[in-house]
Amino acid sequence: MFNWRTKEKIIKNILLFFAFSSILFLTGIIIVLFKEGAPIFTKVGIHEFLFSSDWYPTYEPPGYGIFNLLAGSIVVTIGAMVIAVPFGVASAIHISYILPQKYKNIVKPTIEMLAGVPSVIYGLFGMKILGPFLQKIFHLPTGLTALTAMIMLGIMALPTIVSLAEDAITAVPKNFRDASLALGANRLETMLRVILPTASSGIVTAIILGMGRAIGETMTVLMVAGGAALFPANILKPVRPMTSTIAAEMGEAPVGSSHYQALFGIAIILFLITLIFNIFADMAQQRFKKKVSGE
Amino acid sequence: MKKINLLFTVLALLVLVVAPVSVLAQETLTIQGSSTVLPIAQKAAEVYMEKNSSVDISVRGGGSGNGIAALIDGAVDIADASRFVKQTEVEAAVGNGIYPVPHRVAMDGIAVVINPANSVTELSLEDLMNIYTGKVTNWSEFGGPDQEIVVISRDSSSGTFEVFNELVLEGNRLTQGALLQASNGAVAGVIADTEGAIGYVGLGYLSDSLKAVKVSGVLPSNATVASGEYPIARPLFMFTNGWPEGLTSQFINFILSAEGQKIVKEQGFVPLH
Repeated sequence: MFNWRTKEKIIKNILLFFAFSSILFLTGIIIVLFKEGAPIFTKVGIHEFLFSSDWYPTYEPPGYGIFNLLAGSIVVTIGAMVIAVPFGVASAIHISYILPQKYKNIVKPTIEMLAGVPSVIYGLFGMKILGPFLQKIFHLPTGLTALTAMIMLGIMALPTIVSLAEDAITAVPKNFRDASLALGANRLETMLRVILPTASSGIVTAIILGMGRAIGETMTVLMVAGGAALFPANILKPVRPMTSTIAAEMGEAPVGSSHYQALFGIAIILFLITLIFNIFADMAQQRFKKKVSGE
Repeated sequence: MKKINLLFTVLALLVLVVAPVSVLAQETLTIQGSSTVLPIAQKAAEVYMEKNSSVDISVRGGGSGNGIAALIDGAVDIADASRFVKQTEVEAAVGNGIYPVPHRVAMDGIAVVINPANSVTELSLEDLMNIYTGKVTNWSEFGGPDQEIVVISRDSSSGTFEVFNELVLEGNRLTQGALLQASNGAVAGVIADTEGAIGYVGLGYLSDSLKAVKVSGVLPSNATVASGEYPIARPLFMFTNGWPEGLTSQFINFILSAEGQKIVKEQGFVPLH
């Protein structure tokens, strides 16, 4: 039908379309987000939107201040990192340097499997097991608290952190270690003074991507965080992160209303935060590549 | 040649699949709106379609606001709503040449529920207002145990919240310490697990793991809701554009018939008669 030159051209163009399609989707998402959400910033003002803690979108007069929701997301994410980073980095070090190869081949895929567990299952676990447990030991009126969400998100961010941090540590050239050991440093000193500093920006990438996972998680926090729009001054009280606000309210918000725009406004803020995370993660990754290649 | 044959086969198959549907289903009816009314509309549509094979009824949820907005746009024939139409919506509708007509199809009672371990049995509307605005935070104020009240509410965009807000809070702001849950089922689940909790659910969600309290001396039940004695009750509506005609009118009449009201009851709501 066609000669091979034309065929090749067609195939090339089809592949080009697929390659650009994800960029197309991203652009589409950004356009929709800003088109639907931007009006709220001019209606209530960016300062009011970000720093007022009055989230009463369906009242008359309405309140569209997301400060408590933003603070809820940030506090829960920081808490998740406090839990996930020590565990994650320690297990990455163990897996890459101490564990024999044959166990490594079992342990690493097992940890990565944690990432494949659907978030609603984490939510169920947090709601029915962890929540009641925390309620009992702290004598709380309810077990659905910021702490419950932190622990669950910490567990959920673990596989990202372990896997990427382990890759970073393993990527440190073997001759760095050999040189350090040859100079008389013991294994602990080699680890702390040579390997970790070299891998540090790679580990930072891992942590930032773990944070991105935690701040964007929706189902689990909707189920375990309690959903009270309080300022998170006490982690043993319920919180309402941005993601669960969108998920809970979008279904019933009339399309095009101020409430609807405000929810898209929250989505814009969330999108910008994850964008910043990704940019930082990428910068750290570039630095790491340079360091390892010995420049 | 082979390709052309294949093409014809595919086309023939398509015709076979599509034709019966388009020939048989001459009349269509679209319904959208309140997730509270959804089970009634859904079940009624199924039963109605079983009896009248020439009718195609599609039912969607999305909330009272979305349903009425769709009716205003002329996108649906019937809008389900768990509240009455708002003044702003009427204005928008009239501007579009649409005249929303309400049809009361069922009654829905909102039961105030607590954990069965709680000894409190009765609260007044004023007590409920004090609890939900955060003025009173301990059960001992109502003769219960010395325990913090865990206030559970539906998220503020749900129809159930809107009615509770109107009948109990009278527009006063809900305490920010309230735990917002996204569904009746979630509210019931949290209350069953939490000793100090108070919440509110549709009458259909009452079970042994929840304890309904008397509000102003009246226990919520089908009888007290239908008679209007129980104070936190609301009618459920279907809105049509103008006085309904044809299939729309037949469907509304079906829901209002004895058989339709039986469906209402089966779905956990209070029938009109």
